Amino acid sequence: MVFELDLKKLRFGTELLKRGFAKMQKGGVVMDVTNDEQARIAEEAGAVAVMALERVPADIRAEGGVARMADPQMIVKIIETVTIPVMAKCRIGHFAEAQILSTLGVDMVDESEVLTPADPFDHVYKKDFIIPFVCGCRNLGEACRRIGEGAAMIRTKGEAGTGDVVEAVRHMKTLNREIAHLKDLGDEGMKDYASEINAPLDVLHEVKKMGRLPVVNFAAGGIATPADASLMMQLGCDGIFVGSGIFKSGDPALLANAIVEATTHFDDPQILAKVSKGLGAAMKGQQAGDIPEEERLQYRGW
Amino acid sequence: MRPVEPKRIGVFALQGDVSEHISAMKNAVRSLGYEYEVITIRNKDELESVNAAILPGGESTTIYRLLVNFGLYDLLKERCLDTKMPVFGTCAGMVLLAKEGDEQVRKTETRLIGLVDAKVRRNAFGRQKGSFETAVEIKGLNEPFPAVFIRAPAYEKSWGRAEVLSTFRNNIIMAKQRNVLVSAFHPELTNDIRVHELFLKMVEA
Repeated sequence: MVFELDLKKLRFGTELLKRGFAKMQKGGVVMDVTNDEQARIAEEAGAVAVMALERVPADIRAEGGVARMADPQMIVKIIETVTIPVMAKCRIGHFAEAQILSTLGVDMVDESEVLTPADPFDHVYKKDFIIPFVCGCRNLGEACRRIGEGAAMIRTKGEAGTGDVVEAVRHMKTLNREIAHLKDLGDEGMKDYASEINAPLDVLHEVKKMGRLPVVNFAAGGIATPADASLMMQLGCDGIFVGSGIFKSGDPALLANAIVEATTHFDDPQILAKVSKGLGAAMKGQQAGDIPEEERLQYRGW
Repeated sequence: MRPVEPKRIGVFALQGDVSEHISAMKNAVRSLGYEYEVITIRNKDELESVNAAILPGGESTTIYRLLVNFGLYDLLKERCLDTKMPVFGTCAGMVLLAKEGDEQVRKTETRLIGLVDAKVRRNAFGRQKGSFETAVEIKGLNEPFPAVFIRAPAYEKSWGRAEVLSTFRNNIIMAKQRNVLVSAFHPELTNDIRVHELFLKMVEA
């Protein structure tokens, strides 16, 4: 890493600052919120950041229609309400929404498959932005493509709005298996594998060198209980996104707090048992396998 | 319970950039030729077992709540005051170690640990788009240090026993008070281990 030791020069929006922001979120829980009241509850429960969106994935699924960036007025209200970072979603490829979010003071943009994709060809070129982006992936190729475009953080896509953790597990295990596979590859093998999974070769080399993604990697898409959070952390995730799970449950504040503690103490079954008690009804959810393939959000983006 | 050999430095692993601090500290230990074990702290026993501790960067409100919920808050304060255990706080850690807070600290009902005679302002340089890198001069280091500020706090004033080690545009960005070291920036995100070495020398003294 080159660092100029010039006392007068300030640099903004560098890779180090973007990836560094994501590192500060590690071991934490980012919670989906649709208004300032929910944002306040999330902050009080110990969320590391809130994700502002118009409707939670479960409602987007139920109601249909085009899902877009949240109302800027609500985003500003949320920014004014909480002291923790505020993230917000833009549609895949919708760089104009991302520009608006950046102007509003949003700390990180989630270019998300939960919203209706806006560009059938390209994702946002994230290196053009001063603020960092998080993007979803199902496998190593997708993660590397997003990192190549400038994503400072990756998350599993899972299957949002279901409360079913199986797809998040599938995506995390796929990623782990593919990263492990790199160990045995020589230079030629790396080239072949890069073209096989359609990954930028330089990013793939970075992954091989580090033995993990070069950016923070969270779990998302179907996490609904403290045990789900622990499961994903034990599979090697750096932190957790909870979408519909919290505010679709009987007692959001209680569940939010329990998921935060479960994420920190993910490998301590005694604490997990304690925080999992008496949480009331979890979101009812929907088995991811029951959703027709063309309606699965994870196949949006590429 | 007294710490036993080998001597240990613990990084609070509640939330934040824990692994970065662990590897920076391990590099500093190796570079100075000291013999310290570097461990994570998530419960009282682990906190009891260390000779020094690091509060990493992360979200101060989150780290504060987890410190309180798991009984670490009072124990940390007690160990820093009674046994003069050295503690190093970066960013969120710098917020929690200050004596006085700003409106954001009040709003989130965060009780500061209060070991440094200073008033902290959270997000002193604004939101993420205002985050920046620059080089700063630090008292005790010969060459400028690469400083990474991420939604960083700053001390707007200090008094009493606080010793200012670095300022940036009239903000206090690094300070020391007896056994406590704080920085608004993140030395653990760079390959430069001089600040971690500085802390190790405080531990060894």
